[in-house]
Amino acid sequence: MAKHVFSLAVVFAFVVLLLLLFNVGKDSIGWLTPGFLTRNLSIFPEKAGIWGAIKGSVYLMLIVIPTTLVLGVSTAIYLEEYASRGKVANFIRVNISNLASVPSVIFGLLGLAIFSRFLGLGSSILAGGLTMSLLVLPIVVVASQEAVRAVPGFLRDASYAMGADKWTTIRKVVLPVALPGILTGSILAMSRAIGETAPLVVLGIPTLIRKIPTSIMDDFTALPIQIYYWTLDTVLTPEYANLAAATIVVLLLVLFLMNAAAIIIRNKFQKKF
Amino acid sequence: MNNVKVREIIQNNATRKNHRLDRVMPTFFLVMALLSVATTIGIVLTLVTDASKFFASVPLREIFSTKLAPLSAQPSYGILPLLMGTAMTTLVAILVAVPIGMAAAVYLSQFASPKLRKVLKPVLEVLAGIPTIVYGFFAYSFVTPLLMNLIPSLEPKNALSPGIVMGIMIIPMVASLSEDAMNAVPEIMREGAYGLGSTKLEVATKVVIPSAISGILASIVLAVSRAVGETMIVTIASGSTKNFTFDITKSMQTMTAYIVEFTSGDAASGTTGYYSLYAVGLILFLFTMVVNLIAQYISKKLREEY
Repeated sequence: MAKHVFSLAVVFAFVVLLLLLFNVGKDSIGWLTPGFLTRNLSIFPEKAGIWGAIKGSVYLMLIVIPTTLVLGVSTAIYLEEYASRGKVANFIRVNISNLASVPSVIFGLLGLAIFSRFLGLGSSILAGGLTMSLLVLPIVVVASQEAVRAVPGFLRDASYAMGADKWTTIRKVVLPVALPGILTGSILAMSRAIGETAPLVVLGIPTLIRKIPTSIMDDFTALPIQIYYWTLDTVLTPEYANLAAATIVVLLLVLFLMNAAAIIIRNKFQKKF
Repeated sequence: MNNVKVREIIQNNATRKNHRLDRVMPTFFLVMALLSVATTIGIVLTLVTDASKFFASVPLREIFSTKLAPLSAQPSYGILPLLMGTAMTTLVAILVAVPIGMAAAVYLSQFASPKLRKVLKPVLEVLAGIPTIVYGFFAYSFVTPLLMNLIPSLEPKNALSPGIVMGIMIIPMVASLSEDAMNAVPEIMREGAYGLGSTKLEVATKVVIPSAISGILASIVLAVSRAVGETMIVTIASGSTKNFTFDITKSMQTMTAYIVEFTSGDAASGTTGYYSLYAVGLILFLFTMVVNLIAQYISKKLREEY
């Protein structure tokens, strides 16, 4: 009896998840067409598409991926390989766990003040990408730390015994072994960055961008922002709810694919030493 | 420890081929690591400098008033409506997330077979991975109309519906943190209770939950922090009316939604309205910092030693 009462909580969560998927799927029927993916914005709902938003999201990732990988993996290597018990390392560790809890909208304010206004990057892809990189950095650091920590000590010893120095050992032994773990965590961080809306809206990413972005200094729109503005405008044009729902389906598909990739990498390359 | 010594000896006898690079790399990694610290300093500096400009130009009495009208001809900057909006949506979210999250945790740690748990946990995590903008759309286009059938006086934008949806979003977090705490309770305590003839329910409510209470409390505190900082669900579904009311069926604005509404409009740099964003941001930032410290303190202080 008690078992069933407690299981209701899990059942409730699943029912909500199904309702959400069903509701979005139902609204997008008939709207999610090949043309919707390849057309650009239009004031007529039936002619509108998300090509610009898709391209904006892709460009955004082209900034976020290299930035977070270099910053995140370097930080993890420093913390795990060079200064595992020092005061500086501890300070950095506390700082990262605090950074992870800062609301995303605050990162938007940081980006607005520093990247947009102080460095004059405006509401460009570069400003958005850098802001988003800082937001997901803690996820990459923590995942990379765990991956580096899981590399067994005897592999390092073997490398040193062959006459390799520390950097060579890290580059040729530790990093390759830790790579699947780092990749898994990074993919999850990227899926967070693709879906995150608040920092971009705070940066002042404009509502209607008809021009498809061609460089990282261009203004842009991204999938979540498109969903946001269409949801807001459903009051005026009810069809926008269908456009928002169709965009959500695209976004969720991308996220599920990324999560599947992360799980596959984890299962396939998980080495037991 | 012997291991480390061997490693040091071998390392010291290593060939000197990459010597220069080997000496440079630690510094490079340290600089990269310090950039995360620079981010925090950047956040604090921008928030404090811009917020101080706001506090310098607005009298304290006005800040603690119930009237917020930053764009009117005679602007007024009372923060109480935003605090009220945030408190009400957070309260609703906690009332949803804590009981359901804890029940799910009890089910997963006490009743579900290990095999079932392996399937259920990742699926539950899917809820946490859905972007908040999608939850916002769900709250506005599905939950609110549904609730309107039950509560006819419910406004199209209200504090109730985003609160509920925010709670659903937080369920996996409460469930997984509470479950970790419950799993940390030693098996020997459960066995002891079973040995005295307790039922599974009695073991759960009288042994496991009390023993895991520090972890459970910490999960609740973190859930509050998450609900206060959540932005897009409330921006879309609770509207932008700066209401000072306890009525959750009415449109209310939270601190986060205020920041979004004001920046996506024309927050001309250098105006009091622009600086008010940073004042609200600073309050949010301080709140999450304090809450995190409390959570860390609780889980450290109340952790039972077995």
